Amino acid sequence: MAIRERLSGNEAIATALKQVNPDVVAAYPITPSTEVVHYFSQYVADGKVGTEFVAVESEHSAMSACIGAQAAGARSATVTSACGLALMWELLYVASGHRLPVTLAVINRALSGPININNDHSDSMGARDSGWIQLYSENNQEAYDNYLMSLRIAEHPDVLLPTMTCQDGFITSHAIENIELLETEAVQKFVGKYKPERHLIDGKPMSVGPYDTVQFYFEHQYQRAQAMLGAKKVILDVFKEFGELTGRKYGLFEEYKMEDAERAIVVLNSSAGTAKYVCDKLRANGEKVGVIKLRVFRPFPMAEIAKALAHVKAVAVMDKCDSFSAVGGPVFADVRSACYDLENRPLMINYIYGLGGRDVPVENFETVYAALSEVIKTGKADNFYRHVGVRGV
Amino acid sequence: MIYVKDAKSDYKWNEVGVGGNILEPGTSLEVNTGDWRIFIPKFFEEHCTQCMLCFPVCADSAIPVKDGKRLDFDFKHCKGCGVCYKVCPKIDKAITWEEEDK
Repeated sequence: MAIRERLSGNEAIATALKQVNPDVVAAYPITPSTEVVHYFSQYVADGKVGTEFVAVESEHSAMSACIGAQAAGARSATVTSACGLALMWELLYVASGHRLPVTLAVINRALSGPININNDHSDSMGARDSGWIQLYSENNQEAYDNYLMSLRIAEHPDVLLPTMTCQDGFITSHAIENIELLETEAVQKFVGKYKPERHLIDGKPMSVGPYDTVQFYFEHQYQRAQAMLGAKKVILDVFKEFGELTGRKYGLFEEYKMEDAERAIVVLNSSAGTAKYVCDKLRANGEKVGVIKLRVFRPFPMAEIAKALAHVKAVAVMDKCDSFSAVGGPVFADVRSACYDLENRPLMINYIYGLGGRDVPVENFETVYAALSEVIKTGKADNFYRHVGVRGV
Repeated sequence: MIYVKDAKSDYKWNEVGVGGNILEPGTSLEVNTGDWRIFIPKFFEEHCTQCMLCFPVCADSAIPVKDGKRLDFDFKHCKGCGVCYKVCPKIDKAITWEEEDK
């Protein structure tokens, strides 16, 4: 029987970690993910989990300890935000390059500078090309579910890539919502035991992390790229199995009222809820609008996104992160690229929104849908790099 | 499972070990690092007093010792650093050191 609870997003991740009972958690507190480390270390102190908790001196060490533990055959996990993730940077590539399925819960927060503790996606978006699988979560339920599924995806022998489960700092991490939890036994049964084919202390000597010469490095990178390509099937299989277990069915992205949509918004994490609310409001007036909520950003579901947008006249892609490329944000770049091969490409614009915790009200999405009407009317999307919610713009 | 002892330099991407892991110990023995050499030492047994000063300073265990006697260099691993040449009391007689003619 499922457990009805009311938890914040941070509590949801801490609860998932408690139920998984990983072998090793190495973490360093940073706002807004601090609570997860706080709750989890209490579980360790109270003997509610058998986890070896490593209170490290930095996030660089947190990820290093997870990598070492995972290489020694331990299921290891960590949590971080913003500058903490930035400090892990070097090791993110080491974890994925050595194909160690560490799991990381990212509580999204703006990167410095100037320093800001509130939400945007500049932290995890910067790590999008580090060879990690990235799952994004609209609410606490999705954060909990995604985290549990992330272990199965990461540890699958066809994948062996670390996973990042992202949710919005403060917006969902500190907001208490209703949530349906699995019973701990069901979680244990779902995630199973971590059984790597080989590990450092399995009694047979091996080396992890030796120098990779010119002769082999390229082949190893190709292997990693192939693993990311193959991950999509495993992700869908795990989503399906989880759906059968819980009744909560997930896809690579959610298509909300997209069947006959002429205007669509592509968005991820918590703002998807606001977008759907505005979508409903406009639908009540007979407007043909829809929302695509991306859930899996790495691997990027390119063919599926193109198919979902093929019938749409105009699309606005929302980025809660400015990539400073002077041509738009990271989600926009990928969604726009996905549509390149379509026979009838939709017109496409990009909105940078909500940076550094700037409130993302209903009006933002009304502005965006209105702008899409204008794009359709003029037939032009040449001025595609836009911002919403900035004063004076 | 792919082992270094069986590895070939023309292995395809799906034939090399995952993530660059090495699944067995002592694989340096299999690798010809002697080809890094610019200079080469030579051993002349007739001048060697078996003083045993050379083999402990070898940076790469490239001076084999058997039954209390040093043998000729292991050129698969000797980098030609010249440290053995410098410590040899019979320098330029028991051990010489010169640019390698490749």
